[in-house]
Amino acid sequence: MEATDLKTQPFVINMGPQHPSTHGVFRMRVTLDGEVVVDLEPKLGYLHRGIEKLAETRTYTQFIPLTDRLAYLGSMFNNHAYVLAVEKLAGIRVPLRAEYMRVIVDELMRISSHLAAVGFFLNDLGASVFTPLLYMYREREKLLDLFEMVCGQRLTYNYMRIGGLSHDFPPEFLPAVKRFVDEMPFYMEEYENLLAENEIVLARSKGVGCISKDLAISASLAGPVLRSTGVKWDIRKADPYSVYDRFEFDIPVGEQGDNYDRYRVRIEEMWQSLRILRQSLQQMPEGGEFRANVPHLLYPPKGEAYGRIEGAQGELGFYIVSDGSIAPYRLHIRAPTLINITCLRDMSIGWKVADLISIFGSIDVCLGEIDR
Amino acid sequence: MKELWPLGNYWAHWAVFTVIVLAFAIVGVMMYIWVERRGFGVFQLRMGPNRAGPFGLLQSVADAIKVLLKEDIVPTVADKAAHFVAPAIVFLPVLLVFAVVPFHNGFGLLPDLNIGILYVVAISSLGVVGVFMAGWASNNKYSIIGAMRVMAAMVSYEIPLVLSILGVVLVSGSLSMNDIVAGGPIPLFLLTPLGFLVFLLSAMAEINRGPFDMLEADSEIVAGFHTEYSGMKFAMFFLAEYGHALAMSAIAATLFFKGWEGPGAQYIGVLWFIIKMVFVFILLIWFRVAFPRLRIDQLMSFGWKFLLPLAIANLLIIGGEVVGFGGDIPWWMMFPNFAVAGALILLFSRAYSLGGGRVEVKV
Repeated sequence: MEATDLKTQPFVINMGPQHPSTHGVFRMRVTLDGEVVVDLEPKLGYLHRGIEKLAETRTYTQFIPLTDRLAYLGSMFNNHAYVLAVEKLAGIRVPLRAEYMRVIVDELMRISSHLAAVGFFLNDLGASVFTPLLYMYREREKLLDLFEMVCGQRLTYNYMRIGGLSHDFPPEFLPAVKRFVDEMPFYMEEYENLLAENEIVLARSKGVGCISKDLAISASLAGPVLRSTGVKWDIRKADPYSVYDRFEFDIPVGEQGDNYDRYRVRIEEMWQSLRILRQSLQQMPEGGEFRANVPHLLYPPKGEAYGRIEGAQGELGFYIVSDGSIAPYRLHIRAPTLINITCLRDMSIGWKVADLISIFGSIDVCLGEIDR
Repeated sequence: MKELWPLGNYWAHWAVFTVIVLAFAIVGVMMYIWVERRGFGVFQLRMGPNRAGPFGLLQSVADAIKVLLKEDIVPTVADKAAHFVAPAIVFLPVLLVFAVVPFHNGFGLLPDLNIGILYVVAISSLGVVGVFMAGWASNNKYSIIGAMRVMAAMVSYEIPLVLSILGVVLVSGSLSMNDIVAGGPIPLFLLTPLGFLVFLLSAMAEINRGPFDMLEADSEIVAGFHTEYSGMKFAMFFLAEYGHALAMSAIAATLFFKGWEGPGAQYIGVLWFIIKMVFVFILLIWFRVAFPRLRIDQLMSFGWKFLLPLAIANLLIIGGEVVGFGGDIPWWMMFPNFAVAGALILLFSRAYSLGGGRVEVKV
């Protein structure tokens, strides 16, 4: 047979919902030509629980535990974004101490979430026996211990309340945070030494899954995925909420928006979070209320409000429409990862299957948030 | 060896050593699994298996029992016959390799087979056929991708592997495993460091471990060629994988570490052999636990553009030395050899980068 008689044809492969590295029940219909990804179609909805609809049947306070179930690796952000929206809606002023407390748990959460994201990304690169992930989880365990200290939970915190937080910090918490902030740089240096210049990590992630600045902006991407393309956009600076305007920190950006930049941006953001934590520990007022006086049954005025914060994966927003009753009339969640994966196809076409997995991992998705 | 047996009995030798080799392979694999899992524990800041038996030594036994009791699932669309035979075809060559491994001076099934190392190279490539059969017969797309990967990658690491073994053959002047141990003034990983490096890297690709395990890349293609296998058939693949690692480290111990030779009484030679084997295996564990996986095109370019030139350079250097010194390379040649190896690797790693980029596709 002549070589020209040989025919090849692309074939469709169904990745997920049960696949070792689709981070939950994400499914993509991938068309492959040999090893090369020719087409890709994400299929969503395997984890749909109707959380936005459920909000309409609950009072404003009752909905807080459900927000934990969105991006469960960043529950504090979900709590924060939701209560921020409700506070905007009802015009509640949060005590200063509570704002600092929120910033502290938020930044701890950001470190924890980024640790998991970087760990899973390296796992997707094929460090298949979990070594980097286990190193990251060593520090994440310490953070979970801290969260357990303040609210008794390790995954779904349900810590924030409308107008403040559910509990004050216990007396041993702030010294423990200080200890963590002091020892974390040592471990961060260790990650840098082990990973940053690793030849295989560089070969597998440099230049892979590039996304252009224009596409990133026009697709409304956010978070590390957007910043890796070089756009300096961070809600903490662009639209400061809480007390973020009182801190000094930088927005780390990448250059070409590839996997490596996304990984670097996350690592740099952890350094910035440590900076914010150090400042907030210094500035935090000693005494004071940790919660404003908010009625148990909150009847916010008629109207609409949008509260947004910078979550670990990008702009996390809650849009609430109130008809003046005890429950939201309509609630919408701007889930950053859902919007970020809309560019998955553009990033991964032309790359190999192995790259597709690592690109998907570098976006850092959480299916609880995508499907809601 | 024959004079050891009463009546010069060839068949007694054959029977006894078949049993010994089989037992060595099975027990060795179990110990390897234990060493690897405990080793991973050390590398990954955790304990590793420590419940079944002292230090978790019986974990492999527990796993074996579990896997034996599992249901054997065959997909309805599978090619039943090939699906059934493939695990055996993968496992058989691994056992056959042990036939020529000399555990001690002349102690083995066929230690002084005059084409020993050639036999090893030929036999150990056969496993790929079984892997492809498994992938094809499963009728699963992930399995096919895994099987295609192994076919595509095989040539790129087998050639450097064979060329690096050829360097050893040049030094010892024989293909027999027994003579290879006897040849050479010092262990060959010192005398021919470049050859050892190329051998180690391509052996890692050959046994599908470490950063080169793309045929069963679990984060990409689920479990690669054995996605559709369960129960004892899966255990056969598992056995074959670790058995292959055992065989490769036994061969490395024979070729580059002077097998059974070492200080102490003659009869502890087997112990030396096992120590050297485990040392090589620990190197393999270290690589596997520390590095992410390469992509398939990166593995192939690594094989063709990095390992192959180095293997050829190694062959030229050793050939020149063998000719220059009239067959016996003195031990002090290790110093210039180390220097040359270091220089070559530095030079190469500058000039070469793991390539492979985006492919333009029409959408």
